[in-house]
Amino acid sequence: MIPAPLSSRILPVLAIVTVIIAVWYAAAIWMNAPFQRDLDRRGDVVSTTTEFIGKTLSQPKPVVPAPHQVAVNVFENTFLRKVTSNRSLVYHSWVTLSSTLAGFAFGTLLGIMIAVGIVHVKALDRSLMPWIIASQTVPILAIAPMVVVVLAAVNVTGLIPKALISTYLSFFPVAVGMVKGLRSPDLIHLDLMRTYNASTWQTFWKLRVPASMPFLFTSMKVAVAASLVGAIVGELPTGAAAGIGSKLLAGSYYSQTIDMWAALIAGSVLAAALVTIVGIGARMVDRRMGVKPA
Amino acid sequence: MNASPASVVSARKLGLTFQTSDGPVHALSDVDLEVEKGDFVSFIGPSGCGKTTFLRVIADLEKNTAGEITVNGMTPEEARKSRCYGYVFQAPALYPWRTIEKNIALPLEIMGYAGTEQQERIRRTLDLVSLAGFGKKYPWQLSGGMQQRASIARALAFDADLLLMDEPFGALDEIVRDHLNAQLLKLWAATQKTICFVTHSIPEAVYLSTRIVVMSPRPGRVTDVIESTLPRERPLEIRETPEFLQIAHRVREGLRAGHSYEE
Repeated sequence: MIPAPLSSRILPVLAIVTVIIAVWYAAAIWMNAPFQRDLDRRGDVVSTTTEFIGKTLSQPKPVVPAPHQVAVNVFENTFLRKVTSNRSLVYHSWVTLSSTLAGFAFGTLLGIMIAVGIVHVKALDRSLMPWIIASQTVPILAIAPMVVVVLAAVNVTGLIPKALISTYLSFFPVAVGMVKGLRSPDLIHLDLMRTYNASTWQTFWKLRVPASMPFLFTSMKVAVAASLVGAIVGELPTGAAAGIGSKLLAGSYYSQTIDMWAALIAGSVLAAALVTIVGIGARMVDRRMGVKPA
Repeated sequence: MNASPASVVSARKLGLTFQTSDGPVHALSDVDLEVEKGDFVSFIGPSGCGKTTFLRVIADLEKNTAGEITVNGMTPEEARKSRCYGYVFQAPALYPWRTIEKNIALPLEIMGYAGTEQQERIRRTLDLVSLAGFGKKYPWQLSGGMQQRASIARALAFDADLLLMDEPFGALDEIVRDHLNAQLLKLWAATQKTICFVTHSIPEAVYLSTRIVVMSPRPGRVTDVIESTLPRERPLEIRETPEFLQIAHRVREGLRAGHSYEE
């Protein structure tokens, strides 16, 4: 099947983005208006509607920054700052990214190991699943400070506590997805293995693992996004010095709303990039496994 | 058991009862059968008469609850562990992530054949089923008939003297079926294997086999065993001869006697 021409793929996205930006502008004007009106009244200034709108869109500490204010901030702090500077979005993104990737790697490994155990050992199947599900019901915002504080008490700071929180959030989708994936082969395929008197190990490597690849990559997309959330949440409790979470925290302390929104945009770009990379990995594996092109 | 040494499958008073939530289901009851080496035995009957179940008992995919059965002189479990048979399912059951070559190599990999030996066997079986040149294709690139042929090639790849086929051509159209029937007979003549073949189709059963086992349902049992008088060399035209029709008539009578045609 020929993929849809570029114009028909980009146009809908462009249309939606335009609508979002229009709504954003309207919201900015509406939300910043009360403060601006207050300001004008105290300064005894009378502005026309156009002047008023212009002022709401260029406040230094607005309630809702206008899109262009955020864009300028992102541009300045990404391209016009030294990468080692404390105000560079690239530096903060890298700090968050490193703990995201570490947590994601461990989470995926842990999830796969748990899934293999559950599928092959009956006792684990009955006992482990409820605990895993229960583990995810505890709100991460409650656990994160505990983990950071406890580990700081044994002098473990920096990457590891944040990576642990990321691992905690990302192992669950991988475990659940892989259990489903390893159990996905049809009965007829399993019967076939039985007629060859294949060992459990052979059935695992030659049947279960290839059959579970689509499930693995889908779970990994969810896991990598959850891992990023974990890394950011891990930076919040202790007023961390670096990372996107710390930028959010600092922004809220000093009412730097534009900085906060810029950090959010950076986080979103990071998340989109990570999920896209996992998607590309999925497509490469698909091609190697001879999947029929959609 | 007084099974002759040439018996590949020997069943005595074989029974299988499934315990379901609705009560016991007698899939097989009191089945006595001998399959000699080199036979082509067809099992024919309506749905639910136990023919697939019987094949699965031979293959140790089900366990009988009564009677006894030996395959190659061993229990079905021992026969399965020594890889005595190749099984062809109703669906091709090819792994979609492997090429046709790699699919045929699957049992060879599991059974530990050397790489060069694998290549040789793959080439030979692809030639046997007329799929030479399609080795590097993926299953989704092949038609239903070709996929089923690949599945048969896979069952022939390793050295098993017994071939168990469960309605392998059931999902294919008449023309492809005729073609594959003729090809299967040629294959049988070339490889000298013993074949147990389950089918729904009376002409197919009469055309292919040296012996036809007519089964009927509720409970699954053998109604008639017909020794075919047709010669081993059979062109497709034989299906219009009076001899053929006589045997088909006998099969139908057997089915009627087993109440297969009643509601």
